[in-house]
Amino acid sequence: MAENKNYLNWQKGISSWLLTLDHKRIGILYMITIFSFFLIGGIFALLMRLELFSAGEDFIKTDFYNQAMTYHGAIMVFMVIIPGIPAFLGNFFLPLQIGAKDVAFPRVNLLSWYCLVTGALIACFSLVLNGVDTGWTFYTPYSIRTSTSVIPVVLGAFIMGFSSILTGLNFIVTIHKLRAPGMTFFRMPLFVWSLYSTAIIQILATPVLAITLLLLIAERVLGVGIFDPNLGGDPILFQHFFWFYSHPAVYIMILPAMGIISELIVAFSRQNIFGYKSIVMASIGIAAVSFFVWGHHLFVSGQSEWAGIIFSGLTMLVGVPTAVKVFNWTATLYKGSLKFDTPLLYAMGFLFLFLIGGVTGIILATIAADVHLHDTYFVVAHFHYVMVGGTLMAIMGGFYYWLPKMFGRMYNELWGRVSFALIFIGFNVTFFPQFILGAEGMPRRYADYPLPYEPLNQLSTLGSWFIGGGFVVALIAIVWAIFKGPKAPANPWGAKTLEWETTSPPPHENFSETPQVTTGPYHYGN
Amino acid sequence: MIPLLFFSLKGYAQTSTEKLPPVTDYAEKLDTLYHFLVGISVVSCILVIVAFAYFSIRYRRKSEKEQGSAKVSHNTLLEFIWSFIPLVIFAVAFVWGWILYYDFKRPPENSLEIHVYGQMWNWTFVYKNGKKTTNEFYVPSHKPVKLIMTSKDVLHSFFIPTFRIKQDVVPGIYTSLWFKANRKGKFQVFCTEFCGTGHANMLARMHVVSLKEWEDWLAHDPYKGLSLAEIGKKAFQGRCTVCHTTTKEKRIGPGLSGLMGAKREFTNGKSLMVDENYLRESILNPSEKIVVGFPNQMTPFAGTLSEEELSGLIEYIKTLK
Ligand code: HEC
Ligand SMILES: [Cu+2]
Repeated sequence: MAENKNYLNWQKGISSWLLTLDHKRIGILYMITIFSFFLIGGIFALLMRLELFSAGEDFIKTDFYNQAMTYHGAIMVFMVIIPGIPAFLGNFFLPLQIGAKDVAFPRVNLLSWYCLVTGALIACFSLVLNGVDTGWTFYTPYSIRTSTSVIPVVLGAFIMGFSSILTGLNFIVTIHKLRAPGMTFFRMPLFVWSLYSTAIIQILATPVLAITLLLLIAERVLGVGIFDPNLGGDPILFQHFFWFYSHPAVYIMILPAMGIISELIVAFSRQNIFGYKSIVMASIGIAAVSFFVWGHHLFVSGQSEWAGIIFSGLTMLVGVPTAVKVFNWTATLYKGSLKFDTPLLYAMGFLFLFLIGGVTGIILATIAADVHLHDTYFVVAHFHYVMVGGTLMAIMGGFYYWLPKMFGRMYNELWGRVSFALIFIGFNVTFFPQFILGAEGMPRRYADYPLPYEPLNQLSTLGSWFIGGGFVVALIAIVWAIFKGPKAPANPWGAKTLEWETTSPPPHENFSETPQVTTGPYHYGN
Repeated sequence: MIPLLFFSLKGYAQTSTEKLPPVTDYAEKLDTLYHFLVGISVVSCILVIVAFAYFSIRYRRKSEKEQGSAKVSHNTLLEFIWSFIPLVIFAVAFVWGWILYYDFKRPPENSLEIHVYGQMWNWTFVYKNGKKTTNEFYVPSHKPVKLIMTSKDVLHSFFIPTFRIKQDVVPGIYTSLWFKANRKGKFQVFCTEFCGTGHANMLARMHVVSLKEWEDWLAHDPYKGLSLAEIGKKAFQGRCTVCHTTTKEKRIGPGLSGLMGAKREFTNGKSLMVDENYLRESILNPSEKIVVGFPNQMTPFAGTLSEEELSGLIEYIKTLK
């Protein structure tokens, strides 16, 4: 039986994992890393919400709150959401979806995992020093002056950046060189397209972050005077550099999520996607425009009036391809054959939450409205709707969808749905009130707040417990499925992309014989 | 979902009416824009959600073998329309936002000017006649006011929620903010750019009063007829209370009671008996000597306190037993 020989059991021992060159095993290494950090980042989040349950300094000290806020952001961004889809699910399924044996550079692939782990450990090492309290954005001059351990975290982020660059590079070459015979660009699954546009951003934008972080270290250690106004530097320059990377990074986080959603909606409606080409063009369009909108983080920073106006306009433009995708997904449901298994539930959750995240993004892009809403809880709510409601929902949906393929076992549908319900409801209870708090003027990054904001904060904290509970249920259900779940067939969903043609779990080199591609990715009967 | 929606609408109504009544013409215009944005967002969300809720129910899978049955996989006209409509809406939002922003950026010629300094973690206001206040300032109603702002240390941001305006306060350059209040009242000011431990306590209060009241306030010397220690007590409020108590209890800095004559040990290994000169130095240049067990986080007050206030503070600290 195929059961006897697959990528999970063809070699044994810890070093066969730590030195593996198999993209699937590397994907599993990423999975473990990312979910571990997700746990830590999540605990920081729960601690913060606990402190904010009531006005006043009651559960944790302000300095610790500020550190929890920083670690939560830095961990979730650099160690969870950015590598979450490309490095974990992308690594595993990109070669499978294009019918390749592996990625183009398996050794580089392993190196990029080591970069992530090394960077992450160095960053976390700061916890045993003085911690860090700058917020994940490291704004100067505070990050130059604070007595906390900024350097390890910045250095860690610098090293993790290389993980991202290398993965992006690897994917681009893989997509160009290793597609199965007959798989033209326009026969690639949309997940592959989304990874392709993401990879472009990764290799173009991440080096800017790397340079910026190095300059920050130089500024702190040597006092070279680039960002420090006391030495003639310009603190706003740092913000430009930082967001030149970090805005495109938002799309590193969301584009692959959109790719997964396309796969899920197709697989669970059992028909071709509506507007394949326009979704592809939208991905590329978003990737391109995303480089020219960073200034919308700086509307009240003191940048020039014209810069603000131009960035506001360009930001509106990104909204169009994003809206197009949402319409395409909705249209794909029309006359489909919809089965609401856990993956589709997550995809619907994504649509709902991402929609709210999207429209509030337009509110924030409207420059005068942003003057009021900037740095309030409205922004916090907005980006959680996009990052958690969007990306994390997609990771979870994709994980449930591909779990049978990865481990050859099925999850329990009931527990999958229960955890989805807890997370989805908890999410809305946590973050919807934050829109209102923000519109009412409650600033973000506040360890304490005036009394009138208390009731909504209590509601928000209550919601956070549901999210926490939901993820605990999901964790137990997933671990159970991986070790104890019933055996999964090769293609439990009746999906059409190539990864479902090989056995579950796939053999070491993916396919027993190289697939020949003669149709588009989603050739359902209709 | 329904209760959540209801709740949010209720909260939303409160936002615009009860909790943050607009006080300036600008705020009123901004609220109109905000209502438009929220309105159109709610409508478009509902349309899309209704569509996918309807499809979800209508097209549930009926048998294991069933496949989707849509015959079309794209439609150029439809796709053009649903790209064009959002584009138009976004363009309206963009232009509308721009028009208001244009006003926001242009203080009238005859504005009354006040200098504002942000510093970890308080706000100092300096008027043209030299009057200085901390965390509390007065402006006349019905007169445009322009704040000329800079920071002495890190980034801060000056945010008046009721007026719907904010502006970062940046070391090394001036930024500005203007408004014209139509109503008297007390208004909350927040710092909205993260600036360390005291960030959430870096608050100020703005009093809008009539022109007459404002002129009286400006001419009034708050320390007139007070003893030195009383002057000190006044100067202490707001400036020092974020970090110090007047008892033995610690905050960010040590509690200040019983300080005079006590023995102090410093991080550089030296120690001394507290006298007037030590107190003076501690207030003006606190990083010269750091008390063991505390961070080097005190705001330096050199240049922001008058000689009278400084002596007052020292006398006041001496009275704390
Ligand atoms: C941002 C917080 C902060 C503010 C505001 C602040 N201080 Fe301090 N202060 C500290 C800290 C921390 C120390 C201890 C470290 C040191 O010696 O510098 C300190 C030390 C002192 C000391 C020496 C105490 C001792 O035990 O030897 C005096 C006196 C003092 N402050 C007075 C003041 C006065 C007066 C004000 C208001 C004008 C003020 N401080 C405002 C944080 C603050
Ligand atoms: Cu501040």
